[in-house]
Amino acid sequence: MSEKSYLTTDYTLKSWFLTTDHKRIAILYFASLIFFFFIGGAAATVIRIELATPQGDIVSSDIYNRLFTMHGIIMVWFFLIPSIPNTLGNFIVPLMIGARDLAFPRLNLMSWYIFMLGGCTTLFAILAGGVDTGWTFYTPFSTLYSNSYVIVAAAGVFIAGFSSILTGLNFIVTIHRLRAPGLTWYRLPLFLWSLYATSVILVLATPVLAITLLLIAVERFFGVGIFDPRIGGDPLLFQHLFWFYSHPAVYIMILPGMGVINELISCFSRKQVFGYKFVAWCSLAIAAVGFLVWGHHMFVSGQSLIASLVFSFMSFIVAVPSAIKVFNWTATLHKGLLRFDAPMLYALGFIGLFTIGGLTGLFLACLAFDVHATDTYFVVAHFHYIMVGGMVTAYFGGLHYWWPKITGRLYSEYWARAAAVLIFFGFNLTFFPQFILGAEGMPRRYHVYPPEFQVWNVLSSGGAAILAVAYLMPLFYLGYSAFFGARAPANPWDAPGLEWQTSSPPPEHNFTTQPVVTRAPYQYDRDFHAEPQNA
Amino acid sequence: MTHWRPPLPLVGAWLGLLALLALTVTLAYVPLGAGNAVVALSIGTVKAGLVAVIFMELRHRSGLTLVFAGAGLFWLGIFLWLGLMDFMTRT
Repeated sequence: MSEKSYLTTDYTLKSWFLTTDHKRIAILYFASLIFFFFIGGAAATVIRIELATPQGDIVSSDIYNRLFTMHGIIMVWFFLIPSIPNTLGNFIVPLMIGARDLAFPRLNLMSWYIFMLGGCTTLFAILAGGVDTGWTFYTPFSTLYSNSYVIVAAAGVFIAGFSSILTGLNFIVTIHRLRAPGLTWYRLPLFLWSLYATSVILVLATPVLAITLLLIAVERFFGVGIFDPRIGGDPLLFQHLFWFYSHPAVYIMILPGMGVINELISCFSRKQVFGYKFVAWCSLAIAAVGFLVWGHHMFVSGQSLIASLVFSFMSFIVAVPSAIKVFNWTATLHKGLLRFDAPMLYALGFIGLFTIGGLTGLFLACLAFDVHATDTYFVVAHFHYIMVGGMVTAYFGGLHYWWPKITGRLYSEYWARAAAVLIFFGFNLTFFPQFILGAEGMPRRYHVYPPEFQVWNVLSSGGAAILAVAYLMPLFYLGYSAFFGARAPANPWDAPGLEWQTSSPPPEHNFTTQPVVTRAPYQYDRDFHAEPQNA
Repeated sequence: MTHWRPPLPLVGAWLGLLALLALTVTLAYVPLGAGNAVVALSIGTVKAGLVAVIFMELRHRSGLTLVFAGAGLFWLGIFLWLGLMDFMTRT
């Protein structure tokens, strides 16, 4: 008789809310993130409906400001940043390294409670009347003029930051200390390299954000001259501090996504990742260089020209390790035994969308072009391609890949493939027109616009409707499979990673015997004999 | 189990920090021109060093911990360097 799985050890609420099992905590995060994703998505829906016509005929400008602020705050801090590390990472990291749990299980549970406290504080700010500063909380608007719930929302983000720091610490210590015998650094799956790099950013950058938000409160409450030039402050200081965190935060979002893609591309090509060491070190290079480029958000802020030139140059440099990864994924696909299961479709979608997002990032790193494109829809399209097209697609890909491990059930491959294709199509229809809108000069954050922009906006809103349906689809077929899907074998993809060497779903302590690693990762047997999935 | 700590260095470091704080405040009122910033930053560096070595007990730690502490310092340096570059070169 096999050991009970982590899902069936106990059914009480207490066993879930006081659990220190990383797998259950991952599920708690997963449920919370679905909740936040749909709140952020609801705001996006209203925004896109409003923009279908040039007149501001659905909401007032004030409400519109609060809507896009809510969309940004919720999506960035309560979905994109925690998504892969806190759900997939929490679940998979100990399994991938052959450990029983993370290094600090109770700290892990505390991270979730802190995250929820931060989320609820921000939700309170939204319900109490909302925030109209934009997700960046730029001063002097946020400190002097805004009469919305800036401090409460900032407090929510401040609190959630602690959760990020604790998770990062936990991953770093876990990866250093709890690897199975034989699992050397160069035998680590690339997902772990990317999560390690992400954790370093989380630990080094998040405190700066926390301090910055605290300084806003200090200036608003006590009138201490930090950002207000009338009392000796400097408004640009806020932007320096804010982007010192928030640009690396983009890499907090995309690096784990890249890590997931390594696993998917390798598995569904039945090949080792091309240039393993390059890809591994590129994760760390992206994390390091990502700290040197924050000033490209400030080209038109009044920062000195010399500073802008230096930041422009370094922004080009950060593209190098990102491009190496894309080239290596393509090289991995070359002459591979490709199988187009749903996770692979998501991975291929990711490569396309991330490449478009990355290349348009180079446009914006050019000083001259950036002056034209700043605060236009070109920027909106660019970062959505990276953060939504890239990150969310990778998240969905990883979710499908590890779903049989997480739930012990198989999902409907037909619906999963349909959703993957529809997301790719809906996403491009939503955001590609925004590049054109931006190039033609439509500013972001306006709810009334000249009629000549309407065609592109209607296309974008139509694409958003398709995207909304595509994002809802997994909720149904994955939800159905979680309860009624066919039982998954321990290793449905015939993959070599340690996480597939335990049962699906895994027992409470992951492995009945301590696994020992004797070979490099991604040693795929090219004879892929797994049964096709038809739940 | 935490290992045994002699309390004397901690008390000494605390008193040292207070003395350095008093020195910072006093020197802030002495007109030294650009020298005020240099003096304040120098004293701040000594204070940070005291905290790192005595309170954070980095002197007793392994190489790996020192690497991480050093990385934090390095990143702070990058931030100050690039941030100050903007302030210093504004026209």
